[in-house]
Amino acid sequence: MAEPITSWRSGPGSSWGNLLHYSHRVVPLTHRFAALPDSSPLLAYGNGRSYGDVCLNQDGVLLATRGLDRFIAFDSVSGVIECEAGVLLNDLIELTLPYGWFPPVTPGTGFVTLGGAIANDVHGKNHHRVGSFCNHVLEFELQRSDGTVLRCTPEENREWFCATAGGLGLTGLIRRVRLQLRPVPGPWLGGDSRRFRSLGEFFELDRVSGGNYEYTVAWLDCATGKSHLGRGVYMRGNHVPGREPVKSRLPVRLPLTPPFSLINGLTRNFLNQAYFHRPAAEQSAARWHYQSFFYPLDGILELNRMFGPKGFFQYQCVIPEAVAERSLTEIFERIAGSGERSFLAVLKMFGRIPPLGMMSFPRPGATLALDFPNHGARTLALLEALDAITVAAGGAVYPAKDARMSQDSFQQYFPNWRQFKAYVDPAFSSSLWRRVTQ
Amino acid sequence: MRRILIMGATSAIAEATAREFARRGDALFLVGRSAERLQAIAADLKLRGATAAECHVLDARGMDRFPALVDSAAEVLGGLDTALIAHGTLSDQAACEASVETMMQEFATNALSAMALCTLLANRFAAQRHGTIAVISSVAGDRGRQSNYVYGSAKAALSAFTSGMRQRLHSQGVRMVTIKPGFVDTPMTVAFRKGVLWASPATAARYIVRAMIKGTPVLYVPWFWRPVMAIIRAVPEFIFQRLRL
Ligand SMILES: Cc1cc2nc3c(=O)[nH]c(=O)nc-3n(C[C@H](O)[C@H](O)[C@H](O)COP(=O)(O)OP(=O)(O)OC[C@H]3O[C@@H](n4cnc5c(N)ncnc54)[C@H](O)[C@@H]3O)c2cc1C
Ligand SMILES: NC(=O)c1ccc[n+]([C@@H]2O[C@H](COP(=O)([O-])OP(=O)(O)OC[C@H]3O[C@@H](n4cnc5c(N)ncnc54)[C@H](OP(=O)(O)O)[C@@H]3O)[C@@H](O)[C@H]2O)c1
Repeated sequence: MAEPITSWRSGPGSSWGNLLHYSHRVVPLTHRFAALPDSSPLLAYGNGRSYGDVCLNQDGVLLATRGLDRFIAFDSVSGVIECEAGVLLNDLIELTLPYGWFPPVTPGTGFVTLGGAIANDVHGKNHHRVGSFCNHVLEFELQRSDGTVLRCTPEENREWFCATAGGLGLTGLIRRVRLQLRPVPGPWLGGDSRRFRSLGEFFELDRVSGGNYEYTVAWLDCATGKSHLGRGVYMRGNHVPGREPVKSRLPVRLPLTPPFSLINGLTRNFLNQAYFHRPAAEQSAARWHYQSFFYPLDGILELNRMFGPKGFFQYQCVIPEAVAERSLTEIFERIAGSGERSFLAVLKMFGRIPPLGMMSFPRPGATLALDFPNHGARTLALLEALDAITVAAGGAVYPAKDARMSQDSFQQYFPNWRQFKAYVDPAFSSSLWRRVTQ
Repeated sequence: MRRILIMGATSAIAEATAREFARRGDALFLVGRSAERLQAIAADLKLRGATAAECHVLDARGMDRFPALVDSAAEVLGGLDTALIAHGTLSDQAACEASVETMMQEFATNALSAMALCTLLANRFAAQRHGTIAVISSVAGDRGRQSNYVYGSAKAALSAFTSGMRQRLHSQGVRMVTIKPGFVDTPMTVAFRKGVLWASPATAARYIVRAMIKGTPVLYVPWFWRPVMAIIRAVPEFIFQRLRL
């Protein structure tokens, strides 16, 4: 094996949580016609926007896919785009938005590749209306280590399509993707935002909003003591006409990881309270540019570095609706009693459209995303306790955000994993996969 | 709109540069060795805004076919006013030391083929009294070093050749741009450990396009290689010969 190639910037080999520092051999892919390297274990690496080890492969090979970034075809009448799997959502939008087309589903960052979006079957604020990413994928090409190349659609090679959608990169390399975009009148969204004082109010707001708003999401106040548990700001919006472009602001950079975490009790409480109490938290006719609506955190590149050299954990679970209020309350109380605090908390109701992927994360219920600075054993113990609540509720934790769930938890969250195993390419593996199945 | 011939169009630096031209709506004629890769790049460039992106398969060592190549580029694009010569191989120094044949082949690929193409382009551009030729040389051509002097001397030949040609063409309205990249993160340098001195192909491309539009004579990419190489050139030979660079 050649010497591992490392980079001074965060590049292939690191993930968004800055928790894990593994050595890899990185093989940059520069075109879509090459054979896979004859070595193992292999794993595709997109843009490293997963938080934990789903995109890592300790002591193995990472196939860096960002060089597969060519557009292949775009039909501005039907809104069908075909491109290589390393194209970023941001680059796709730059090409298609002027023609009035937008990704049907987008996660909270535009810096993800299409391959990564398929492998985690990512979801957006419109899950209740359109399902997850792979519900809109028309076709992709899967390259296997035995040399076969499969054209997969929801009909052709359906079982491979369903194994690869949400398949955590384990079924092979996705080289090419054909995606159905959705028409939009322009770059703007309109809607409103309002405060809610309890989880009950959140569920009520969501019940009346889901039908009228394509995008809904809530932010929870993490500064509150027990008395305000579950208060926050609910945001809802739709695409609205308006073609005027915005002044593109240059993203702020955090070029170096500070030697200590900038996230502490003071900054967290201050920012959360300021956010909750700011006048804009209650807006009747809000208007957002798509970048600030979908990608509020992309304004600061390397935002993840503010957690300092020890990194941070994300915890995103989904809880079935019937028990959601009870289990979420339990989760909040458990956190409050632990001494650990989340910096950001986002809550969203998933809808009923079933995912195509046999391992996809989204399922009906309430999904809560939290992030915790890494305080070692203390943080891990809390997350373990949260898993107990999620398991008991019949929920699941999102592998794209995970760096620590146990085998038992994983196997309960994803009961299809045994069946899925038959589709895992024998030359492919990941640090996450070894962690939760061996 | 520029009408641009790119030799070595599958190179990472060339492709990134072509994207900048595509964004400006220029017309491109792409030359390289792999038909399928050229076609994939051409389709992408058209979607990114290129007025045209045509492919032509040719090995740079097939120098006897250069006249036909240049004619066909001008015919397909309806004229020709710009060229970027980007192909190259980072020669295996040890193999070049062991075999005269290998050494000469490497020199032919990296120097003679580009000089041959420049000769034809210069005559055409001089006749039409306008045009820009850009050639990717290298900082490695600024001084021969034991670790890669075959590659380095081929690039040195390119630098000297383009310098002379620049003088000759100056009064005829033709610009000659010698591009000297330092470290760029591309397939050519995949085996190297990357550090702070490394630039991405996209960054290099932005500098290159700007220089080609302005007609900058010699471009170091990025700029800091100019003072760095000035220092390296200034080291007296009696000291340099003892160094392990
Ligand atoms: C600020 C922020 C907000 C986010 N918000 C959301 C959200 O709202 N919803 C959501 O669902 N997710 C969200 N995420 C997570 C992110 O969308 C996913 O982790 C996504 O998969 C990352 O894509 P990537 O291209 O960076 O892939 P990576 O993280 O590099 O890889 C992810 C997985 O994809 C596989 N993979 C990548 N490319 C290929 C390929 N070509 N072929 C086969 N497998 C491949 C990898 O092996 C790995 O298993 C967010 C992340 C951040 C940083
Ligand atoms: N990367 C650096 O750090 C660096 C520094 C200084 C100078 N340069 C110069 O920059 C230029 C571009 O290189 P790069 O960094 O972009 O690397 P690259 O992606 O490896 O490009 C090299 C290109 O040269 C082509 N080529 C090689 N031999 C050829 C031949 N006989 N006929 C036709 N094409 C041939 C290759 O074609 P195939 O794709 O068919 O193999 C490839 O497209 C080169 O001249 C290089 O010397 C690079």
